[in-house]
Amino acid sequence: MWMSVEVNGHIYEREVTEHWTLLRFLREDLELTGTKDGCSAGECGACTVMLNGQAVNACMVLAAEVDGATVETIEAEAANGELSEIQAAFARNYGVQCGYCTAGMVMSVRELLRHNPKPTVAEIKEGIEGNLCRCTGYQQIIEAVLDVSGQVTNETKGGLKYV
Amino acid sequence: MSESNTLSVATHVGDDVQRVDDTAKLTGGAMYASDLVFAGMLHAQVKKSPHARAKIVAINTSKAENLPGVHAVLTGKELDYRIGLYVVDKDILAKGAVRHFGEAVAAVAAESLDIASRAVDLIDVEYEVLPPVLSQLDALDESSPLVHPDLGSYDYVKASFSPQPGTNIPNITKIRKGDIDAGFAEAKWIIEREYTNPSVQHVPLETHVAIVEWKAADEVTIWSSAQSPFTLRDLFCRAFKLPYNKVRVIIPHVGGAFGGKAGIHLEPLLACLSRKAGGRPVKFQATREEEFSLLPCRSALTYRIKTGVGADGRITAQKLLMYWDAGAYADYAVNVTRASAYSAAGPYDIPNAWVDAYTIYTNKPWGTAYRGFGHVEFFWGLERHMELVAQVIGMDPLEFRKKNLLKPGSTTLTGERINEHTGNPLKCLEAAAKAINYGRLTPEEEERQARTGRRIGKGIATLHKAPAMPSFTTTAAVIKMNSDGSVVVNIALTEIGQGTATVVTQMAADRLRFPVSRVKVAVERDTDKDPFDWQTVASKGLLLTGNAVIAACDDLLRQAYSDAAQVLRAQTADLDHDAERIFVKQRPEESVTFAALSIGYVYPNGNGIGGPLIGLGRYTAQGLTSLDKETGQGLPALDWTYGAHGVIAEVDPDTGEYKVIKIASAFDVGKVINPGTMRGQCIGGMIQGLGTAECESYIYDDQGRLLNPSLTDNKILTAKDLPEEIECIAVETPQLDGPFGARGVGEHPMISVAPALANAIHDATGAELTHMPVRFEDVWRAIHNKQPIDTWVTKAPADS
Ligand code: FES
Ligand code: FES
Repeated sequence: MWMSVEVNGHIYEREVTEHWTLLRFLREDLELTGTKDGCSAGECGACTVMLNGQAVNACMVLAAEVDGATVETIEAEAANGELSEIQAAFARNYGVQCGYCTAGMVMSVRELLRHNPKPTVAEIKEGIEGNLCRCTGYQQIIEAVLDVSGQVTNETKGGLKYV
Repeated sequence: MSESNTLSVATHVGDDVQRVDDTAKLTGGAMYASDLVFAGMLHAQVKKSPHARAKIVAINTSKAENLPGVHAVLTGKELDYRIGLYVVDKDILAKGAVRHFGEAVAAVAAESLDIASRAVDLIDVEYEVLPPVLSQLDALDESSPLVHPDLGSYDYVKASFSPQPGTNIPNITKIRKGDIDAGFAEAKWIIEREYTNPSVQHVPLETHVAIVEWKAADEVTIWSSAQSPFTLRDLFCRAFKLPYNKVRVIIPHVGGAFGGKAGIHLEPLLACLSRKAGGRPVKFQATREEEFSLLPCRSALTYRIKTGVGADGRITAQKLLMYWDAGAYADYAVNVTRASAYSAAGPYDIPNAWVDAYTIYTNKPWGTAYRGFGHVEFFWGLERHMELVAQVIGMDPLEFRKKNLLKPGSTTLTGERINEHTGNPLKCLEAAAKAINYGRLTPEEEERQARTGRRIGKGIATLHKAPAMPSFTTTAAVIKMNSDGSVVVNIALTEIGQGTATVVTQMAADRLRFPVSRVKVAVERDTDKDPFDWQTVASKGLLLTGNAVIAACDDLLRQAYSDAAQVLRAQTADLDHDAERIFVKQRPEESVTFAALSIGYVYPNGNGIGGPLIGLGRYTAQGLTSLDKETGQGLPALDWTYGAHGVIAEVDPDTGEYKVIKIASAFDVGKVINPGTMRGQCIGGMIQGLGTAECESYIYDDQGRLLNPSLTDNKILTAKDLPEEIECIAVETPQLDGPFGARGVGEHPMISVAPALANAIHDATGAELTHMPVRFEDVWRAIHNKQPIDTWVTKAPADS
């Protein structure tokens, strides 16, 4: 099927394979490999992108469905080579280890903060619940979200203790 | 160069330095093997066995071969190569028989993934299904079918392993210390129990992926998500009898590994497909489902522990029997068995010990290395056992542990003498206990208990682990100066998320007295360009690579000083340096910059001297030995990292439902290089440990078919499942041979989380949990089913 979609501010016109997902379309047709595939089954969140301003699992959307839509991926998160505030907070708080879940995490955090600029810890946990991370144990990602939403206090500031 | 540091130099070791790889990963710019695409690349798919044990009667591939777009079809018949880390027991594709559900029996390379999938569907395999061997204890039975009838003919590493031909046992490791019978005779109590855990999956977010190209004249290039490029090359070249300089392994960013990507996996199969397809690169990435059974898992374990305790609460003897379920292939399981055997008693002083550790073949997906290398599994039993023993002898579990901990002067199971620099298990245990207010409920906790009707319990558990590696494990680092005075470090320790690149940057910067911005650790690993490293496993990277990096920095400085001495007409002893220049100590205005020396110094008249500054550092584990095969005595441990966990759990005594309120964990890391990355690595491990403690497990039907190969049915923890509070504590007892005093902590956070949780649940409810994972229904069952005490306490003082 022939379709037209805006991805990260560029219009792409392409013939898409009918059974391909948006994830395959982004990664294989557009070669935007920043969005990752962790399961192809809607279970891990690694493929989270913004579709018409809303976070979705790109592996659960058919490419054909995004005809005429606007998609944003991790590649557009940093502007002019500068990390976005969310990305910078992830970096400051060690929210990245292997990095495979990171693109999806950043997208889910963006979605969360769009609705809720000062989420509680419980709300943050809920907001990233669909994004599996096997490396970080999520804690420093949660701290990054508290940081970027201006909520770091001595209470919430994490840190290594020494004895 | 001056070791006494009289200048005020900014230091980075011990500070929160931001990760050096985070920008690439945060912007989607970091390339993983799964992101790579090459001209002419084909896609592979694999035909997998639906049976756990069967004869392959016939395979018909003709329809697949005739499908347009298919370039190669392979079955085991035409592949005469066998692979294996320690016991060479695995064919690239099953030959004649399948040994586990999900095993690869045929493979296809085609122009697209879709064509390859269709081709695989067109392959017909006729099986004669046989009854599988599913339990490792049944497999020990003389009447059990043999998973590998040809075990006696396999090659194996003779220095370390002992396969038993004619059985299902690819290895037995024995440890004998002291006099076991005298120890039990001396005991007032003897307590004997069995603990079990199932197989689990590593679940790296990036599944296994590789691209292999086998071109004319045997020029092979492998791009892989593997952890250990040089070991991959070694195993590959041995299997195919190729010279090592024909095979190049490249590892880009890796999306998590946890031991599951150590060794060799899909690369040989893809290589054969590429060769058959005329040298085109062939790519394969496992689906999440394939990750569970086409690729390996963690071995299951049954652990029988018999402990003798004296009147004073000191352990007098311990008999430790381990039955490891290797699954269908020996892979790492034989070495997990060996490493677990010499660690089997934990950080305790056991005067008389006897360990028999069996690796056992069954018809299940095979077990491999997994973060902790056996220790997560056996510490489950060991630290539950310590709890139950303490209960039997009427001693507080913390006091009982403290009484028996290793201390300076104690000897380990293999006869290694512990000293005050080895690390401090007591400090870890006390820190973890204090962090959860062990032994009492705070007023807030009392109030919470009253309000919720749920019972709050507290549990602790200790841990230790040394790297499981050959006694002669070695590594190297190369550091090259650029013409602006910045440097690039090449190492073959892969960055799998653990933060290697960042801590190596910090250590190199400090040793050179440079800012971290002047140090880059190359991202990609490449066996053609990087210096040798054995593997990225075992929590040995920081110590071995750290020392090699320090040596490389010193080598580079030596060269720079020698050239500077000539330029400045001084002796090297007269020189010192700061971040920018080398100068004469007594006349600092006489100096030359690193930039001017970096690729050879040029005099005003155009004469050149010196040359590119390239430092080489090597480091080999010092003084380690193989273990005696009959007694297990020797020195296997590069270093011991000790730790302890404290867990507060809240349990509903009626339903068995529970919740973790807090986990607090302490590790003696010698020296914290980077608090932020250390804390991240520790919390990551603690939560991974909690996942395997609470819910993760392979589930099979009675035919050995895996029932839950997905993230829905084999759940791992999400952010919502976190404890309310997570605390990570560093103890710093410097390691004498560690870089800046540091030792590794990569695996340790995951070890003993499960028994700490179960001990807390036990404290709250009295549930005698002996199997992990600990599901709600298991807690409920354990509350209601207590084993009569005389079935597991076989000797007790008359008056008790
Ligand atoms: S890849 Fe889409 S949810 Fe896992
Ligand atoms: S950083 Fe590795 S999965 Fe999240």
